[in-house]
This record gives sequence, structure tokens and C-alpha cells, in this order.
Amino acid sequence: MKFNIKKIAPQLLTLLFVILVFGFFSYNAQLNMENRGIDFGYGFLSQESSFDVQFSLIEYDGSHSYFRAYLVGLLNTILVSVIGIILATIIGVIVGIARLSSNYLIKNTAAFYVEFFRNIPLLLQIFFWYFAALRALPLPQDTESIMGVFYLTIKGLFIPAFIWENFNIFLYSIIAAVVSIVVIKNYAKRKQENEGKQIPVFLISIGLLLILPLLSFLIGGVSLSFEIPVLKKLAKTSYIYEGGVGIPPELIALTLALSLYTATFIAECVRAGIQGVGKGQKEAAASIGLNPNQILKLVVMPQALRIIIPPTTNQYLNLTKNSSLAAAIAYPDLVLVFAGTALMQTGKAIEIVSITMLTYLSLSLSISVLMNWYNKKIAIKEK
Amino acid sequence: MFKIVKQLTSLVAVFAVLFAFTTETMAAKKSKTLKNTQKKGFVRCGVSQGLPGFSNADAAGNWTGVDVDVCRAVAAAVLGDASKVKFTPLSAKERFTALTSGEIDVLSRNTTWTLSRDADIGLTFVGVNFYDGQGFMVRKNSGINSVNDFKDGISACTNIGTTTELNMRDFFNSKGISYEPVAFEKADEVVAAYDAGRCDTYTTDKSGLAAQRTKMSNPDDHMVLPETISKEPLGPVVRQGDAVWEDIVRWSLNTMIEAEEYGITSANADMMKTSDNPAIKRLVGAEGELGAAFGLDNEWSLRIIKQVGNYGESYERNIAAPGILPDRGPNQLWTKGGILYVPPAR
Repeated sequence: MKFNIKKIAPQLLTLLFVILVFGFFSYNAQLNMENRGIDFGYGFLSQESSFDVQFSLIEYDGSHSYFRAYLVGLLNTILVSVIGIILATIIGVIVGIARLSSNYLIKNTAAFYVEFFRNIPLLLQIFFWYFAALRALPLPQDTESIMGVFYLTIKGLFIPAFIWENFNIFLYSIIAAVVSIVVIKNYAKRKQENEGKQIPVFLISIGLLLILPLLSFLIGGVSLSFEIPVLKKLAKTSYIYEGGVGIPPELIALTLALSLYTATFIAECVRAGIQGVGKGQKEAAASIGLNPNQILKLVVMPQALRIIIPPTTNQYLNLTKNSSLAAAIAYPDLVLVFAGTALMQTGKAIEIVSITMLTYLSLSLSISVLMNWYNKKIAIKEK
Repeated sequence: MFKIVKQLTSLVAVFAVLFAFTTETMAAKKSKTLKNTQKKGFVRCGVSQGLPGFSNADAAGNWTGVDVDVCRAVAAAVLGDASKVKFTPLSAKERFTALTSGEIDVLSRNTTWTLSRDADIGLTFVGVNFYDGQGFMVRKNSGINSVNDFKDGISACTNIGTTTELNMRDFFNSKGISYEPVAFEKADEVVAAYDAGRCDTYTTDKSGLAAQRTKMSNPDDHMVLPETISKEPLGPVVRQGDAVWEDIVRWSLNTMIEAEEYGITSANADMMKTSDNPAIKRLVGAEGELGAAFGLDNEWSLRIIKQVGNYGESYERNIAAPGILPDRGPNQLWTKGGILYVPPAR
């Protein structure tokens, strides 16, 4: 691998600077803590946490350790970031393209959306989605179901739970489908390069993705049933849905706010990217007989992506970091669970804040590395 | 030649160190925090972000409450003016860090005295200015009249970073009830979410429930359940390691309680100087040299009583009169059936 000093040096320098600053403060902190008789150490991580968390992706209750509470918070942060990034990308791409539409209504609606949502502070938007939605949503007992199985209430969205049998076989069938798609794609590419013949890869892929999992149901012994949420009475006027899966309103509000906010910036990146591709490129592509679909896929997008990816990476990073505003509306993310409750219960401010900072740094760097890799992959390869 | 210079310098250094040491021990008699406070001219006091009756700011930024009065008492004692306090509103999460890092000198923010807080994190609790316990608030029309009516799946709104979260778990676990904790960073959001119907119950210290109920859109729709599930002795906290300052804060609070016991009020304090009772005379500075132990003058306690009032006056003004908790319950003097009992000032 080529070692690009120009690329690495600034990052190394930044790291060095951070370490130096961190070292200075930690030395100072150590002195002050010694003077005030506060112990320093990470031993608390294995102690029993003795507090519960509302929503967790792994099994957790107060009898688990602080380290597990940390994992709970981390996973919740990753969950909201991943959902947020996916939603923001989808909305962003659609709105970005819509802004270039020749249709007056579509174009201006998209422009209004972008200008409105990117110019209001995110925390306010989170509060708006949370408290406005809370006020607007019905109590569990007054809720009309959506399609008979979904219930959207003030206590959350209750959806049916999937109960799988032989889930691993189903998973294998999907993996098998994906692997064969990759093989077929490579074969088709070679065939086109060598013989000029095209194979309908897209149709074959969809077919494989449908048929293999279907086979797993028919002959692999996989079965899927649903557990539908049922209304349960807690007291005279208080109800809750039991069974199924409950998605807390905090998660919904946070995801909504984060993705709607970040999507506006991504939409602008997408618009800039598409507009950045020269008109001549499209005309040239048309002149050699490519159809509009092929022009977009083979000529415009590869060039537009080079412009879109780097600023979009920033937006992904922003979204991940902004997810820490969750603490304001009780979504148990890393900041609320670990830098909040755990910090308070142990009093280990320096330890916990340092862990939390390092965690966000690692998360952001991982996203950076991933996006840099992708950016490099689509960059112009000079021969 | 160089050797002599070297020896001389080391001799000077030794003297310098010795001198520094002796002045240090002399200064140590006077508290560093006290010295800084007198130099600054105000007491730096950490309070809540708004809990009516305990520490709450009005529109003009004037702080009132029983917790606020503890800081005012300290200011009256060490600076001679109860108004010379700089209040820093803190969330439950920030409060201890603010104190240990030296941003504030007294934390008087409805803080529960527990073993781990006292022993672990560089803090010292100086006393109790409010005996509280955790309770539950529910909607009156919910049909829940006691904690025994709670069922599996109940959702409970609360604050993060408090003993509340731990008590709640202990309580629901001991009852074998599964519950959904919804924990917010700030009290205002807890109230808003509970008020909107997000949670079936809102749990925190009972005094807090009573105070927050006044902020609900319809206070009469809610009630506090009779059960108390924990002991929450609330009191002022200081940084560990400054024994004199610790004593000043402790005895400022004790003075207010003892003054009530002896019937000394802000109105009659001056007249009490001629009382026949030596205990009263000591409290108003007409006898003994009580202030000297802290490096204060002899009228420190008189100023507390005159400017802030005794504990009963403070309670009446801040908690009873606004209708938050008219019944003093355990926060009554031991002579009147409560558990307020402070060591004698002598």
C-alpha cells in the first residue's frame, strides 16, 4: 500500500495535539484530585450499576455492570445514528434531485423544506418533534390500529414481533443469494468486456433474493409467525400494549429530528454534485447512444458522487455527534446513560467523560475511514 | 568560591521553605475557602434550576427557598450581608463536579446525603435541612390510590443522576413489577412529559413532587401517593478538606434551627440580647466567644437570625405559605414531635 504522507501527516499532528492537550489537563486534574481526596481509576466499570435503562438492544438491568451500561448506551447511540444516516441519505437524495426538477411545485417544495429545516436549531427541532408529537398522539386506549397490527400511541409505536424458527437457515439463504449475485455480476462484466453481450443482472439478482429465502421457508424448515401487541389495562385510565415490540417515542422523535435536519444538508450536497457534472458530459453520453438511465448511472452519477461524498461524510459525522442531544428527551444514548446516570452514581467524572469522548472519537473516525475508503474507490483512477 | 555560593543558596532555600511552611500553618488556621470568600465579597452557592420552595428564581432573578436561605445564612455569617451570594443553577448531573472543581463553595440543592456520596467523591455533607422521602405522583382519575395498585408495564418518568433512579429500581424489584423508566436530564422536561401523558407516574422526592405539581397544566388533576419508598435526608454539601469552612456552613444551618427552638426570630433577635437564658445569649452573641473558633466575630449568628430568620420562618415563608407542603411533618422541631434536632451551640 502506498503511504501517503500528505494525507497522514495532518491527522497525526492533530492526534499529537489532542494527546498533548489531554496530557496537560490530565496532569492538572490529577493534582487537583489528589488535593481533594478523590480516587482515580476505572475499577468501577465492573461494579454493579444498580440502575435500569428504558430501552436496550442487549439484555440489561441494574444487576449488570457499569461496563454493560456503557455498551447499552453505545449501542443505542449507534442504533439512532445508523437509522438516522440511512433515512437522512434517502430523504437527502430525493430532495436534492427534486430541487433540480423542472416541475415548479416539486422544485419549490424541496427548496422550502431545505431552507426551513436547516435554519432552525436542532435541539429545538428535537423538542418540537418530541413534545408536539407527545401532545398530538393518543393514549394507548384511544388508539386506532394501523392495518390492524400497528399502534401509534403516546407511549410509543407498537409493532408485531417476529418469531422465527430456524432463523439461521434463513440467514444462510440470504448470504447464499448475495454471494451468487456477486459472482454473476463479475461474470456478466467479463462477458460484456470480452464479447459485448449483456446479461440482465438486475432481474437475476432480484429473482435470487426472492427465490432462495423462499426455498428456505419451503424446504429449509424456516417459519415465521407474528406476535401482535395486545392492549393491557394497568389502572382505570392507564393502559399499555403488551407483546410485540414497543418502539419508544423518544427514539422516533430523535430519529425524525436528526434525519430531517441532516437530510437538508445532504440534499444540498447532492444538488451540488449533480450540478457539478458538465452538461457536455451528458450530451456526449447521449451522442454515443446511451439511454437516459445509462447516462445517469454510467456517466453522471460516478462523477457526481466524487463531489457528493466528502461533504456528505461530514454530515454523517455531524448526525452521529448530534445524537448526543438525546439526553434532552430521555432517549438512553451514551451521553444519557453513561455520561449521565453512571457519572452521577459513581462520581467518576474524569474517567467517564474521557471514555465517552474517546468513544465518540472512535465512532467518528470509523465513519471517516469507511467514507474515505469509499471516496477513494470512486475517485478518478489515473492510469 | 563556587562551593560557598552553592552552600549559601541551599541555605537560603532551606530558610525559604521553612518560612513558607510556618506561614502556611498559620494561614491554615483560617480557612482557604473563607479567605477567598471574604476576598471576593460573595458566597458562591450552587442551587437547583428551579424547584419552588427550595431554590427558585423569580422573574427579576431573586432567589428564594429553604436551600437558598442556607447560603444566605452563610453569607450573613462570614460577610455580614445575606444578599452577598452568587447563585449558580446546576442540574443534578453537574452539581458535584461544580463543587469538587471549586466552581462553587457550598452546594445547597436538595441533595440526598448517602454513604457513597459522603465517602467517595470528595464531598462532605454538613447536616440536614429537609427530611424527605421518595414518592409517586399519579393522575387522580387513574384509579391508582396506592403503590400496591401498580401493575407490570407501568412507565415512570424521573430525573437522571439522582438517588431516585436507584430507589425506583429497588422498589419495583422488591415488588416484582416490571416497569419502564423514562429518565430526563432536566426536571422541566420530566414534568412536561408526565403532564402530556407519556408516563403513568412521576417519581422523585415528595417535596419535589409537591413543588412540581404547581407547575402542571392542571395541578388538581394529580395527587401524590401516600407511600414513601426511601429516606432522603437533604442537606448542604461542601468540598472535602476545609474543616473550618465545613464547620461554618454546618453551624450556620444549626443556628437557624436552634434559633427556632429558643424562639428567637428575625424580629426579636436584638431584644434577646438581654435574655436570662445563657443559651439564647450565646446564640445572639451577647455571651461567649463562639465566632472566634471559625475566625469570625461574635455577632455572626445574630446576623443570620436577623437577616435570614430562623428555620421556622424560612420554612413558613418558602414552603408553607405558597402551599407546597403546609404540614411540616418530620421537619418539625424535636420538641414539637418532629426530628429536627441539632447539637447545642456552646
